[in-house]
Amino acid sequence: MTTPTAAAATTPTRRRVRLPRLETTAAWLLAIIWIFPLLYAFWAAFHPPAFMVRFDLFAPLTLDNFTDAWEQAPFARYYVNTFLLVTGIVAAQFVVCTLAGFAFARFPLPGKDILFMLVLIQLFVFPEVLIVENYRIASALGLVDTITGIGLPYVASAFGIFLLRQTFKTIPRELEDAARVEGCGWMAILLKVYVPLARPTYLAYGLVSISHHWNNFLWPLVVTNSVESRPLTVGLGIFSAPETGVNWATVSAATLLSIAPLLVAFLLFQRQFVQSFLRAGIR
Amino acid sequence: MNARLPLKTSGLAVAGLLAAGSPSAQAQTELTMYYPVAVGGALTEVIDGLVADFEAEHPDIAVDAIYAGNYDDTRVRAMSAVEAGDAPQLSVMFSIDLYELIDQDVIVPFDDLIETDEEREWLDGFYPALMENGRLDGQTYGIPFQRSTIVFYWNKDAFAAAGLDPDTPPETWEEMAEMAAAVREASGGEQWGVMVPSTGYPYWMFQAFAFQNGHRLMSDDGTEVYFDDPAAIEALEYWVSLAAEHDAMPSGTIEWGTLRQNFIEQSTAMMWHSTGNLTAVRGEAGFDFGVAMLPMNTQPGSPTGGGNFYLFKGASEDEQRAAMTFIRWMTAPERAATWSMETGYMGVSPAAYETEALRDYVEAFPPAAVARDQLEHATAELATYQGGRVRRVLDNAVQAALTGQMSPEEALAQAQAEADAALRRYARSR
Amino acid sequence: MVIQSADRRMQVYGALLLLPAAVLLGTFAYLPTVATLINSLFLPGFRGAPPEFVGLENYALLIEDRTFWKVARNNLIYALGTIPTSIALALGMALFVNARLPGRGLVRMAYFTPTILPMIAAANIWMFFYAPQIGLFNSLLGSIGISGPNWLGDPGVALTSVIVMTVWKEAGFFMIFYLAALQSIPPELEEAATLEGTSRWSFFWRVTFPLLMPTTLFVLINALINAVRVVDHLFILTKGGPNNATNLLLYYVYENAFSFFDRTYAATITVVILLVLAVVATIKFRVLDPRTHYQ
Repeated sequence: MTTPTAAAATTPTRRRVRLPRLETTAAWLLAIIWIFPLLYAFWAAFHPPAFMVRFDLFAPLTLDNFTDAWEQAPFARYYVNTFLLVTGIVAAQFVVCTLAGFAFARFPLPGKDILFMLVLIQLFVFPEVLIVENYRIASALGLVDTITGIGLPYVASAFGIFLLRQTFKTIPRELEDAARVEGCGWMAILLKVYVPLARPTYLAYGLVSISHHWNNFLWPLVVTNSVESRPLTVGLGIFSAPETGVNWATVSAATLLSIAPLLVAFLLFQRQFVQSFLRAGIR
Repeated sequence: MNARLPLKTSGLAVAGLLAAGSPSAQAQTELTMYYPVAVGGALTEVIDGLVADFEAEHPDIAVDAIYAGNYDDTRVRAMSAVEAGDAPQLSVMFSIDLYELIDQDVIVPFDDLIETDEEREWLDGFYPALMENGRLDGQTYGIPFQRSTIVFYWNKDAFAAAGLDPDTPPETWEEMAEMAAAVREASGGEQWGVMVPSTGYPYWMFQAFAFQNGHRLMSDDGTEVYFDDPAAIEALEYWVSLAAEHDAMPSGTIEWGTLRQNFIEQSTAMMWHSTGNLTAVRGEAGFDFGVAMLPMNTQPGSPTGGGNFYLFKGASEDEQRAAMTFIRWMTAPERAATWSMETGYMGVSPAAYETEALRDYVEAFPPAAVARDQLEHATAELATYQGGRVRRVLDNAVQAALTGQMSPEEALAQAQAEADAALRRYARSR
Repeated sequence: MVIQSADRRMQVYGALLLLPAAVLLGTFAYLPTVATLINSLFLPGFRGAPPEFVGLENYALLIEDRTFWKVARNNLIYALGTIPTSIALALGMALFVNARLPGRGLVRMAYFTPTILPMIAAANIWMFFYAPQIGLFNSLLGSIGISGPNWLGDPGVALTSVIVMTVWKEAGFFMIFYLAALQSIPPELEEAATLEGTSRWSFFWRVTFPLLMPTTLFVLINALINAVRVVDHLFILTKGGPNNATNLLLYYVYENAFSFFDRTYAATITVVILLVLAVVATIKFRVLDPRTHYQ
């Protein structure tokens, strides 16, 4: 884990190579191409449907598309579901992965390396690939069409266990010993020493996890049946199913509605997001 | 610490339990139904409105109507609810899901619940053509609700611009190809002549072509298909020729979902589409348009399409009675009339067209009666055992031919072989 | 003796700490994996009949299933189409925003933003671009007199269209990792190289690129996994059509399991996916991990 480099990502003091003009142009051109689809969605969402493919700077602005979308599908409920889902998953992941990461970092377990490898296998065998069997299991457990059912397969995240184990390992034993002298038990040591010192990792992992589960689609699609448990992505997928002879402007508005919270959060906390992705990704 | 895990997740579980629709403590009977929307417009609002009206009239029954996407999605959702032990009491599903629903042993025939003469009369009151897909072995499993046929939409302004009589739609395949080519030419390549959708439900459109060529694609008992018949091949060849020879239709596949938009934007002068789009087209078209029956080759006609009400197994007697009450209410002439006017789907019984509202509507807007008139020439929609896979292989064949990957003959021969294999695999495990 | 029992207590304690994760992983990773293997040996029971054991018959069917081979080939093309392109673009983007550039923050944001959109939302937007006749691409092409292709409806083009969208979605994500790696390269290296008169081009190939190798491999593994895992966009863009031209393995699994009610055949295809992932995992653990530091 080379977390220090993450901090460097935005350090302004570094001397940078100045780009030749041609490359500056290329960089900007690429940036414009990359952001264009989103800008286009904005354009479409705020103008009457007739202007979808006809650009007119003075086309009338309207919020009708948003009201249409809002009225045609229970987006409020979808928001609540996604919110419950994401907070539930992240909270449960924190607990389960902290315990497991702590065990791997500090406890002598027979066959620990093999156990750890077994955990890491989940990095490759993820719930989506096993939709058929996982669906059967969720069904047997009575979890179909529940938010718990969407989240539970992701709670024991190998990735989270791995990250926390790595972080815990970097924490000096002396701190732990000092706490023990003060009479702390293992749980107290974990909560008072390890968890606080791993805060950056939690933040990083939390942000990555939030954006992953906010955007997740296939498993929620399979395991939800009704409005009461459907998250935003599935709601949006159903709303814009091409079969319904979609009104593009409305779909654009619905699309923006579903990405808005995460997008706004991203724009506000861009630095944290980028650093989190870095921190979580680099080993 | 371990004890915290269940606590953490129980917050989610509560939301989940709510979602599961716990049985009510009150005397009210609660019903859950899934329903699809396959064509344009804000149909979910219309359904919600109808449900609210019903609940106001029947305070002892509460209906939770869940919009589940298109027909395929709805089948997946309903089946998954059944598997999870949370079967709905009723649902609107694809009329052709009949065989698979019976196969999975999840529905009951309406005949089991029919007691009075009045109810018998209600059951016999629908258009017979709409009952075809809902009956098996003398039992009725599906009650027509959002039913359609494919109809022909044309842009009168575009016809006029091309020097055609704006009020005369093509009656034969030949005429359609000629008129479409004429429009294309007159517009200087700006406008396509005709579009027939080939995603979403390609098998349905193909079935129309085949039927107009005098051919039915499946046996009455749903165990055999006849895709590679010369009449079927000829039908597909005609469809392909619209793009390949007449240059009247774009090559490649044509998207079901965006086709209405294409018609509205006048990028095509004619389209084949579900009558369920009628009201949306009427609301959005900025030009004069007409609706007619599909053109014919040896005979006119279209398959029926759309969704039926089904009753699910496992409901209590009270729930079944309540479900019957609801279905009868929803399919009563006045509602069928409202539903037809709001959407373009047809009124499912002759009585619906005799209501004052729908009579006046049809008089003022004759296209609203086209789907009904076409029923006389209608055939059942493609339905077999293993329907999902069988339809998919036919869809693939149609797309392969339209995109020039295979000749119609090759494509249909392959589809026949694949459908046979699927039906064999099924017959084995039966 | 005391030490030993303390050790034992530690072991029990550690095992307890692992328990929740172990139960959950067992339920949602190992159990379903084993069940998949077993179910692939059965015929689904129709009309309430019990599933029938048929040995390897499903695998025989798979080998004869033209659609399966087509889908597998599509997935390979999809991987070959998305991975090198997004990696190259990601590297380019990282080099751009690592250098002095007016509006660097904005540019970086533009590159990264697609990453945080749901695939479904991205697909919705691109659907409008790709629609023939009235879609944005063909409207633009039309205005300069070119009649554009049927992006999603022509089997020769459709998979490429899907690939392009995926690259757009993924490149920014991979850029981040390159950016981090670039910033760990000491600037002195480049200064020294400049003094020696080494061209930027040869500096990149001889110094920067080799130093970035671990990152490239890491990104490669991630991209490989994504090429198998992410099929969300197909639900919106093509549903695997036309004529399976854009169908991918996982989507084919979904179709078989949930549209065709053939869960055991779906399990058989899943086994193939698991094999592919096993290869990727082996590459990662055997080949890459000696270089990465688990500490």
